[in-house]
Amino acid sequence: MTIQLSLKSVDKFYGPVGKGVHAVKDITMAVPKGDIIALLGSSGCGKTSTLRMIAGFEAVSRGTIELAGKQVQTLPPVRRNVAMAFEGYSLYPTVSVRDNIAFALKASRLAEAEVARRVGHVADMLEITDILDRFPFSISGGQQQRASLARALVRDADLHLLDEPMGQLEPQLRTLLRGRIKHYIKERGLTAILVTHDQTEANALADRIAVMEGGVLQQYGSPAEIKERPANLFTGTFVGEPPMNVFAATASVSGGTLTFDLTGGLDLRYAESAFDPRVRKMVLDRKQVMIGVRPYAVHRAEQGAAARVVANQWLGDQSHIAASFAGKTIVLVEHDRAHLTEGEPIKVEIKPQDLHIFDPTSGLALSHGNELAA
Amino acid sequence: METTSPVERLLRGIAITLVCLFFMFPIVWIVLMSFQTNETILRVPPSVIFAPTLENYTALITGKLETQAGTLDIDFMGNLWNSLFLSTASVAIGLILGVPAAYAFARLKFRGSEDIAFTLLSFRFAPPLLVLLPLTIYFQQLGLANTYGGLIWVYQLIVLPLILWIVRGYFEDIPADIEYAYRIAGHDFWSTFRRIALPLAGPGIAAAGLLSFIFAWNNFVFALVLASADKQPVTVGALAFVTASGIQYGQVAAGIVLSIAPTFALALYAQRYLVEGLSLGAVKG
Ligand SMILES: Nc1ncnc2c1ncn2[C@@H]1O[C@H](COP(=O)(O)OP(=O)(O)O)[C@@H](O)[C@H]1O
Ligand SMILES: [Mg+2]
Repeated sequence: MTIQLSLKSVDKFYGPVGKGVHAVKDITMAVPKGDIIALLGSSGCGKTSTLRMIAGFEAVSRGTIELAGKQVQTLPPVRRNVAMAFEGYSLYPTVSVRDNIAFALKASRLAEAEVARRVGHVADMLEITDILDRFPFSISGGQQQRASLARALVRDADLHLLDEPMGQLEPQLRTLLRGRIKHYIKERGLTAILVTHDQTEANALADRIAVMEGGVLQQYGSPAEIKERPANLFTGTFVGEPPMNVFAATASVSGGTLTFDLTGGLDLRYAESAFDPRVRKMVLDRKQVMIGVRPYAVHRAEQGAAARVVANQWLGDQSHIAASFAGKTIVLVEHDRAHLTEGEPIKVEIKPQDLHIFDPTSGLALSHGNELAA
Repeated sequence: METTSPVERLLRGIAITLVCLFFMFPIVWIVLMSFQTNETILRVPPSVIFAPTLENYTALITGKLETQAGTLDIDFMGNLWNSLFLSTASVAIGLILGVPAAYAFARLKFRGSEDIAFTLLSFRFAPPLLVLLPLTIYFQQLGLANTYGGLIWVYQLIVLPLILWIVRGYFEDIPADIEYAYRIAGHDFWSTFRRIALPLAGPGIAAAGLLSFIFAWNNFVFALVLASADKQPVTVGALAFVTASGIQYGQVAAGIVLSIAPTFALALYAQRYLVEGLSLGAVKG
């Protein structure tokens, strides 16, 4: 596995280093050649800033960026061999969509026929063949976005940076294009970083997801890893739909029973033996912990902790049930239509292997089910 | 298309006619005057019916001004040529210097860039005469007094700030990402400037060029102080029409017509670009 892009302790300050807006904080990550990475995070968390530093539009305040084996953080954009689809499209207003897409290929002195073939191919893939001869101002936002995406994808670059490339598209088209784009990138062995705030998109397209918040890289791993082993409370609650249920708890043990006393005056009891000894020790050493559980891991059962239904929604393929539980709300997901009415008492059960335990102050994950977090 | 009632259209037509009359009247009147003799111009009551004569124009073109006191030599065509040369050269140099500077001020925010830009603009605040008096002495010592080069240099005081500030605004309106998109596609800074920034700011540059041409053309006081007869533009040359035997209205009018003709023609030609410039907003991505 060769590393195509490597960020080492990269910081971005807008304004004087140490004083200005600290948009990106000490990011270190390595992108293997041929991978698609999704940069996932809420608005303003520093995704675009990170891309722009890689592309060379913003100076790197601290740290190094290595691309295809050479340090690039001080090189001008033209010498980095990076392709980018901009968040704001940024098409050249004075030329047709076709020329917009072909511009970079012409600069690389590719034969005319080859340029035409490639432009035709990406245009086909992104469903913009019929607007190739129009000008950017005369097409819709979604079409401009696809033209801008085409302009980036048509190139042979060492790295493709796609900043929210499908934000303006309607859902059906987005789903369709997602598959085609992934195929296109994989077929050519391109390396791509895709910025998005849509988890579905990140999960569908990416080999690895980098979760960012507040300029900090929260977690970097495969979609499954992020889902099963969230590194901290933020990733735990940010990734996953509906979000993870989180409760503060005090752990104690007596007579072979491990009890989590939830702050709402409700207890979750487990046989001591249900836990791995190391996890048990960690929990009892800490006493105060945060416990997290995914909505699909909360089950209704004959025996269990008491809850009362506050809402029950059937989404066509699953039910989302919200219930008041330990002074807060717990959400559970069921695959069948649940016949529950508001106010109805239910019992819920959470299996010990579905518990994610976090440190209440730092938010760092301590254990996932029966394994200690790394 | 909005639909309008005939009455509304009629009223609108009348309003437009009135406005046009109001603005065009002085020009039309001057054009009419330029084809009349002093006697017909000064007759009371004035009338638009007269026998047109080209005498004023021939006088200007041949440089022989006939007055009651005799024939006077004037060099109106020379002045006109001076105006044309001085203005064109000043604007050309102003554009060559000002456009890259405007780009730098728009794109590269460096320490003190605002201050420098403002200082350049402040040249426009100083009363020209205040600058001129010390300048005259320097120019004499440097041998720049009464040279085209010296005049063109001083004209930069008028031309450069205008170009700089107008064009800078246009550059700032181009989203930087359009240029980045071009640069990342394998083009260097200079070709991006030439191929993306310049064409997109083209209408603004045309507007700034036109405007500064008009300002340079209409300048009076710099040339009055720094140039002698053979380098004088029309604005200064027109003083010759005030003769011992009175003012030659017909020739003054003909002089005005000839001297506004180039700017007028230029404005008509550049109108296309100016309108494009105004609609750039709709083009931006
Ligand atoms: N040019 C800039 N000058 C100052 N602050 C900026 C600039 N660009 C972005 N920021 C700030 O940096 C932070 C991260 O922005 P950005 O990278 O655009 O976030 P994202 O793309 O994740 O929405 C935000 O707080 C934003 O306000
Ligand atoms: Mg962004």
